[in-house]
Amino acid sequence: MSADQLVTPTKSTGPGLVGRLTGPLRGGGLDRRFLPVIGTIVVLALMFAIGGSRYENFLSGRVVSNLFINNAHLIVLAVGLTFVIITGGIDLSVGAVVALSGIMAASLFQAGWDAPVVIPMIILVGSVIGLVVGVMVHVFEVQPFIATLAAMFLARGLAYVISLSSITITDPTIVWLSSTRLRIGETWSATPSVIIALVVVAVGFYVLHHTRFGRTVYAIGGGEQSAQLMGLPVARTKVLVYVISGTCAGIGGFLFAVGSRSGYSLTGVGMELDAIAAVVIGGTILTGGSGFVLGSLVGVLILGLIQTIITFEGTLSSWWTRIVIGALLLAFVILQRLLVIRRRH
Amino acid sequence: MRFTRHRLFWPLVALVALLVANTINTPDFLGLRLQDGHLFGAPIDILRNSAPLLLVALGMTLVIATRGIDLSVGAVVAISGAVALSFIGSSSDPGALSTVLVAVGIALALCFVLGVWNGFLVSVLGIQPIIATLVLMTAGRGIAMLITEGQITTINSAPYRVIGGGYWIGLPVSILIAGAIFALVAVLTRRTALGVLIESVGINPEASRLAGVQSRSIVWTVYALSGLFAGIAGLMISSNVMAADANNAGLFIELDAILAVVIGGTSLAGGKFSLAGTVVGVFIIQTLTLTVTILGISPSITPLFKAIVVIAVVLVQAPIVRRRMSSGPPRPTQTAPAPKTPVEVAA
Repeated sequence: MSADQLVTPTKSTGPGLVGRLTGPLRGGGLDRRFLPVIGTIVVLALMFAIGGSRYENFLSGRVVSNLFINNAHLIVLAVGLTFVIITGGIDLSVGAVVALSGIMAASLFQAGWDAPVVIPMIILVGSVIGLVVGVMVHVFEVQPFIATLAAMFLARGLAYVISLSSITITDPTIVWLSSTRLRIGETWSATPSVIIALVVVAVGFYVLHHTRFGRTVYAIGGGEQSAQLMGLPVARTKVLVYVISGTCAGIGGFLFAVGSRSGYSLTGVGMELDAIAAVVIGGTILTGGSGFVLGSLVGVLILGLIQTIITFEGTLSSWWTRIVIGALLLAFVILQRLLVIRRRH
Repeated sequence: MRFTRHRLFWPLVALVALLVANTINTPDFLGLRLQDGHLFGAPIDILRNSAPLLLVALGMTLVIATRGIDLSVGAVVAISGAVALSFIGSSSDPGALSTVLVAVGIALALCFVLGVWNGFLVSVLGIQPIIATLVLMTAGRGIAMLITEGQITTINSAPYRVIGGGYWIGLPVSILIAGAIFALVAVLTRRTALGVLIESVGINPEASRLAGVQSRSIVWTVYALSGLFAGIAGLMISSNVMAADANNAGLFIELDAILAVVIGGTSLAGGKFSLAGTVVGVFIIQTLTLTVTILGISPSITPLFKAIVVIAVVLVQAPIVRRRMSSGPPRPTQTAPAPKTPVEVAA
């Protein structure tokens, strides 16, 4: 009797373990890890269905294309944040870094610098801020929340120092990037920014899911001490995830500057919260150890779709966006919580 | 050598350095003058501007002591002002004391409920505090906009103005309210077992529960208090300008409050807290803000100075730096925290 009880759970975890290992490769099986992401995709599908049944022209290539075009910068931010959040950290500085790299680009262009110099430079600024955060978190053992909060104030302050007013960008490269539309078929279109964002997603996906570094990221989130004891390069990885997030914020700032064709030190206030919400809605668990880059992409699309639906509705005021995002966030967090409780029992 | 190890040593050094720098720049910086029976001067300005942040930081200190965090306070500040001003604005007699009292009552009750909601998510559903309060932080400003219908509500009501702009025995009413609540919380946490219970929950909620501490109610209480205090701060902020701005009231106050708590030496990892440290942290932030204004630098650049102060204070308190600094006389590190205990009780 007692032996039976002892054996039964082992038996039941047997197939689960195999399924967990082979499931993702075969793309089948009901792996619990995928449940939040499946929930995310279901919500996205539902939103498309509701939108499509209520409004004409909702299910069109134009709407979907605009979803990507308007949120290209947020997609990039969410990819970077996914790495940080999977290690169990958080990055509050991304919105301020977007503003800093945007205003830097604008003022450098104003001073007559060339695009091939400016673009790498403003992305590098993000990386450097990420590196500073990483060193603070790892070497000085500052909590990620505080370290990135300091970085947020730092980046925002520096942006203000550069310029308090909005600067228009007239550089031909940026103008070309922002005005080019690649037509695909009759209604679908994309901008170079969308392609850059999708490349970032692809690179993020490859690095997180198919490299040793990516597996270390998951291991740190699952248990930093265990990762250390397994001989994984915890120190290097922990610093690197913040560099990745900072770099993504730099790229995001570049894309935002391209999209608005200007730099302004007040942009991106609260953008870090949108990005965090997108990552959480995308199925990444904030305690770390679990999450997917593609989930974050879907999370961003959901946030964008809320905005689109409210625009289509016409009569709803803009503040409903925030309330709906909050409610959705709550629903997903409770869903995740239920999944975690189930896994334990 | 021993007092340099005290938790409040570096924060106090930073505050004194700021005040000294200001006094060198403007010699009568610390001067007070009496005008129409009210005290005026930079120190009074600092005190008055500190009141809302002090209240929010007070609630935040208790929440952080339980290893939590409350990101929603800024949104609660906005909701509180929006509710109170909408009620007064729509009433038939905005100037009556009874109207104002009812408005304040409704606003504070709602903020208390919002705090209870956060506490429910954290203590009953077991959601991580950062994300549980992020929900209200995101939705809260939308709710405030809903209440004010997207407008900046303005009112004209003499009794309401007293909360944020009034004076009593020469001192601003707002700092008197904040001071009284601070004293009450200090007595409750340091003269009763409540403070120790909060700390024990912060160190290990499960162990404290097994030891007979009602972890759940304590966590619930601190979030409810944080909501309530944020509500009072919201009344002060809206009363000071006699307007409820759903978008900008209390914007970033949660970050300033967390900053003040951390500067004051309370660890985000929970387990121990210093109310006196939080007060010093709040004064540092407000003095810094005032300094930037007095120096004629654009107030927008304040974040840069805040960043420098946070990075400096946090790095000085970092374990690696502490180890280096205390490595002079070879003594076991375990003895270092011991002298702190009596001071904490006094705080």
